[in-house]
Amino acid sequence: MIAELGHFALTLALAFALAQAAFGFAGASKGRLDWMGASRSAAFMQLILIAVAFGALTHAYVTSDFSVKNVVENSNSLKPLIYKISGVWGNHEGSMVLWVLVLALLGSAVALFGSNLPPSLRSRVLAVQALIGIGFLLFILLTSNPFERVFPAPADGRDLNPLLQDPGLAIHPPMLYVGYVGFSIAFSFAIAALIEGKVDAAWARWVRPWTLLAWSFLTGGIALGSWWAYYELGWGGWWYWDPVENASFMPWLVGTALLHSSIVVEKRDSLKSWTVLLAILTFSLSLIGTFLVRSGVLTSVHAFATDPDRGVFILGLLCIAIGGGLALYAWRAPKMGGGGMFQPISREGALLLNNLLLTTAAATVFLGTLYPLVLEAINGSKISVGPPYFNATFVPLMAPLVAALAVGPLLGWKRADLAGALGRLKATAGATIAIFVIVLWAAGENAVWGALGIGIAVWLAGGVLTELAGRVGLGKHPLGEVGRRLIGLPRSAWGMSFAHFGLAIFILGATAMSLWQEEKILVMKSGQTAEVGGYDVTFNGVQDKRGPNYVALRGLFLAKRGDSTPLNLIAEKRRYVVGGQETTEAAIHNSWRGDLYIVMGGANEDAGQTVRLYFMPLVNWIWLGTLVMVLGGFISLSDRRLRVGAPARKSTSDQRGAEAAPAE
Amino acid sequence: MSEPLNEGSGVSRTRRRKRQRLYAVLAGLILLGTAAALVLNALEDSVVFFHSPSDIKEKSIAAGQRIRIGGLVEKGSIKKEEGGVVTAFTVSDGAATLKVTYRGILPDLFREGQGVVAQGALQPNGTFSASEVLAKHDENYMPPEVADALKRSGHWKEKQGKMKQ
Repeated sequence: MIAELGHFALTLALAFALAQAAFGFAGASKGRLDWMGASRSAAFMQLILIAVAFGALTHAYVTSDFSVKNVVENSNSLKPLIYKISGVWGNHEGSMVLWVLVLALLGSAVALFGSNLPPSLRSRVLAVQALIGIGFLLFILLTSNPFERVFPAPADGRDLNPLLQDPGLAIHPPMLYVGYVGFSIAFSFAIAALIEGKVDAAWARWVRPWTLLAWSFLTGGIALGSWWAYYELGWGGWWYWDPVENASFMPWLVGTALLHSSIVVEKRDSLKSWTVLLAILTFSLSLIGTFLVRSGVLTSVHAFATDPDRGVFILGLLCIAIGGGLALYAWRAPKMGGGGMFQPISREGALLLNNLLLTTAAATVFLGTLYPLVLEAINGSKISVGPPYFNATFVPLMAPLVAALAVGPLLGWKRADLAGALGRLKATAGATIAIFVIVLWAAGENAVWGALGIGIAVWLAGGVLTELAGRVGLGKHPLGEVGRRLIGLPRSAWGMSFAHFGLAIFILGATAMSLWQEEKILVMKSGQTAEVGGYDVTFNGVQDKRGPNYVALRGLFLAKRGDSTPLNLIAEKRRYVVGGQETTEAAIHNSWRGDLYIVMGGANEDAGQTVRLYFMPLVNWIWLGTLVMVLGGFISLSDRRLRVGAPARKSTSDQRGAEAAPAE
Repeated sequence: MSEPLNEGSGVSRTRRRKRQRLYAVLAGLILLGTAAALVLNALEDSVVFFHSPSDIKEKSIAAGQRIRIGGLVEKGSIKKEEGGVVTAFTVSDGAATLKVTYRGILPDLFREGQGVVAQGALQPNGTFSASEVLAKHDENYMPPEVADALKRSGHWKEKQGKMKQ
């Protein structure tokens, strides 16, 4: 009964989405405030109904209602409660319900907080949001009904794929979805602005916090996915340039560009139609990401079994959304007119360079990801494009971006003094050269690449600190005054510094992991010792263990580094009782220097175990760096909290005054 | 907002805007050119072609060239070599077979009778040395390449291709 209620609520939500779109567009073009109000109410109703549907599905999972097919296929009565709940979105149908739930939630937020937007703009934004909602609700109702019943109901379910029974993966999809769907708001604003024919600073002040919110969640979601793959899959890597990873990375790259170009629109009223284009592209790439993951067209380490009908449906949606968006852009954008001008050497110029490099990098990733598909469609040959391609194209494009990133924030708006900015970076340059030489001398293998990677990270970190020191007048004022200024800095400034500094930390980790990872594969018998990354690892045999819904073979290891206390590490090979799937749990010892990572392969005839030993240098700096970036996003967002609700309440001059005060 | 670079009349402002746009477009084109060169260079070196065991029998593929192969893991063909570090197995598309060796730990979903895709190179002795065996999240999943290879050799059974709803 509750499942039917959920299905009915989804159908009703579709009806309200249709009303929201119709009243939204009609109200805006006729200037009827009552129709616009109806559109807003429909947005709230849509949220309530989708929440009811999501609740009904969650109820079916929590109570293990095995008359619902989706629950049978993805849950089991033995499963711990948290994985019963995360099982709701650990499958195709449920994850699409989560998708529309987030979409409706964000749409309602615009309806609720947008009271100081021009009414017609808000109404059109809501209408475009509703159109996206209609597409996805239809997709769920026509191809992926999560509430389908089975008769007779089986006694128990088939269990969730054990790899997905993990805390990291319980929150990875919701975060990623808030990221993807968050960009839909920027998209809706872009489409609404094209219809209205007007983009101004107030528009950018609205788009920026939404983009920042989506960006922060997407960054966190990607990092979580990467962390999960690292510790759960047991392959000893953190990024594989896998098509599904690329699917989330492309919107990230273009979204990052959008984040920066919208600053130029807000502060300088320039790069307007470019920013609108980026908003359309970012959400388009989010849709393409959904398509790539959900349609099964790619052979990927992530591929799930899929249904081709769904692929065709999403492809159709994709064509309408992207084709429609770009056609509207081609038609309307030329009429929007240009904005303020600037010299190539200026803050705007630096942000433009950032945009060009990020979008070009996104284009090369796009090409590498989709080229195999296109080639197969043309002449049937089956190829794959792997990490060598991405390393050879992505890294050379990112290196100049990071190098320029240290300088960009030191440049003033409109017309800047490059020599002066570089002069301020003297200390940073000295530190960079020193580190470069040290790494070149100390690192055995890959010394040149390592020195370049670590050098550029130090250069960026130094640039961030220089900018911060300049803002608070370090060296010009007494320390007490500097401290007061540091506290008084606007949160958006802190946000930028955090995000850029996080990138520097990330580059350190990524460089070390790509160049100096140690790996040994060997057969170990009980009592045998092997060395990796400075640790002496002794294998102490295996024992059996019973978990709640699995049985495991545990390999016991003792790791010792120099004179330190020996560490007990346990690697597992699990077999899940219901589905019969096997999973590998790596034994991992975390440290700042790097992780010791042990995977046990399985028994051999002569009673030894195949063991893979890794040392992962500085690997935790990768997650730390992304965490600092996400933190930066949220710090900056908290600065704008008032503005999310009240973008127009503060006048532009107030804004300027508030931001200029601490720096003067 | 004050007029940026406030010298000059409306006409020179338009010209300046045009020139500025030209610079931006030029910078973009130079970048795209660089990117295109990088892409072409990288694609040449790093594209990996997929071949079924039948393809390998028919075409002559140079030993040492990086390729992907795929098919079903033959029942009873999995053997441990060199004390267990190396696993050897036979991949079949129904019409032809290929012996594959892999050094390391196989993915959890690697089974007899299941579809598999491996990346590596042919050895001079005709066996395939895999550097990577692709794992799947889902045990019912059949890699599209493998399904296609089986269809071409006439050994595709709908049962194998039956996909989870």
